[in-house]
Amino acid sequence: MAILVVAEHDNASVKDATNKVVAAAKAMGGDVDVLVAGSNAGGAAQAAAKIDGVRKVLHADGAILAKQLAEPMEVLITPLMSGYDAVLFPATTTGKNVAPRVAAKLDVMQVSNVIGVEGADTFVRPIYAGNAIITVQDSQPKKVLTVQPTAFKAVGNGGGAAVETVAAPGGSFKSAFVGEEIAKSDRPELTAAKRIVSGGRALGSSEEFHKVLDPLADKLGAAVGASRAAVDAGYAPNDYQVGQTGKVVAPELYVAIGISGAIQHLAGMKDSKVIVAINKDEDAPIFQVADYGLVADYKTAVPELMDELTKAGV
Amino acid sequence: MKVLVPVKRVLDFNLKVRVKPDGSGVDLSNLKMSINPFCEIAVEEAVRMKEGGGGHAKDAAKEVVAVSIGPEQAQETIRNALAIGADRGILVKAEGEVEPLAVAKILKGVIDAEKPDLVILGKQAIDDDNNATAQMLAALLDWPQATFASKIVLQDGKATVTREVDGGLQTIDVELPAIISTDLRLNEPRYASLPNIMKAKKKPIDVKTPADFGVDTAPRLKVVKTAEPGKRQAGIKVKSAAELVGKLKETGVL
Repeated sequence: MAILVVAEHDNASVKDATNKVVAAAKAMGGDVDVLVAGSNAGGAAQAAAKIDGVRKVLHADGAILAKQLAEPMEVLITPLMSGYDAVLFPATTTGKNVAPRVAAKLDVMQVSNVIGVEGADTFVRPIYAGNAIITVQDSQPKKVLTVQPTAFKAVGNGGGAAVETVAAPGGSFKSAFVGEEIAKSDRPELTAAKRIVSGGRALGSSEEFHKVLDPLADKLGAAVGASRAAVDAGYAPNDYQVGQTGKVVAPELYVAIGISGAIQHLAGMKDSKVIVAINKDEDAPIFQVADYGLVADYKTAVPELMDELTKAGV
Repeated sequence: MKVLVPVKRVLDFNLKVRVKPDGSGVDLSNLKMSINPFCEIAVEEAVRMKEGGGGHAKDAAKEVVAVSIGPEQAQETIRNALAIGADRGILVKAEGEVEPLAVAKILKGVIDAEKPDLVILGKQAIDDDNNATAQMLAALLDWPQATFASKIVLQDGKATVTREVDGGLQTIDVELPAIISTDLRLNEPRYASLPNIMKAKKKPIDVKTPADFGVDTAPRLKVVKTAEPGKRQAGIKVKSAAELVGKLKETGVL
């Protein structure tokens, strides 16, 4: 069996999600190749070649691939599939945008958001925001999967695969990149962070959200996340959202501040190793998943926590 | 401009999901079903294109057609869309689970007949959480796609769409006809007024079958088992920030 993994990358380097999807591919068994599609993405292709257990890297380079828009990505990937039995995408916004388009071109029903691999054709995935988990058997001759990276342990970077160039798609497309507002931050990226400090609607305003969470995040070297309620209320930008329809995270430490713990939020963070909840409502559902719960008003609890962390030498 | 809006009937988002004890699926018997929230946002946006509002000129859309693929009761979901302001409905009657690939094929058939200029769909259904139908439909039609939209601006035969992506926001142009899928913050759907609910009852709904479009709805994927998610044990309550830091030190995460 030959499996193609579509890399998540920023042209210069490969994101950790790629190593996790390679782990899922290895669990299916067979040869695993990685596709790096981008613009001036030589750095990312070289990085992908170091991922453990990769047979070879396919590198497609062209301005049309700079933003990995769905149409050119589909035109690139679909013909490559004559040489593969399965293609795996990370379940990121880029992967989720492209994968179904490739699947439909191949006349394949995709398996979305895979969180477990039980064999070459049997996969585990959540439905109903993680309230039910299904095991599906996919006996289609070609398989298209999106893989939830946080559900797999990243393979290492001790390999040395060859890099092969494939042509970028030519021709014109009916969609065009106009611009982007990508949050610039010195903090770690939410989905890759080892620690996350996350805020909810209880924080009451955007100013308060940042005033309370930013110093704590900086102290812990953590990324900042938010509940959907906080994002909907405009306290935090959309890319902070953790949950069923936002980002799924699994850090070593997740600190939920003023988050009640709606089921769709829990779906996005319940695989965190240690969960801390600070909430003044002792009946908040977040306490049902928290390892350590502190029933307190964040207004007093967070400054105290900052002091205690300082005392503890953090 | 004609806008087509596919809508799905799903378990109401307020209700608790129960897995059947024998692991054969999720128990939906006698539970309230509603329009999928992302689909409701899609209907609202299309109706704003007709009425004016949400940054759209009045009559940007001349007609809004709601389509649902599902059992007889999916008529109610279409009526819901009609009460928001869609003009007419099409029900493609299909029993059982219809996977996104088959839904996309049926929708392609509907689109070949209806020839809309724009199709707006919810980005995912809150039951199967696939997030696939819009992209699959765009592929089958060879149309451009703009998924996860939080803002849509129509002008000069194209749509400028702001998309919610992992790093922030991305804006792309798509030439019409195009497929757009909605994210949560595109708009806040209205509550349908009683007069509009009454009016919706009189709006026409065409009834079709998958066979009318030559589509086989047999699932490609076999669900072997449905299970409850693993439960996380609730931990302990700490009394103070000091105790919390002590515990975190003990577990080694600090």
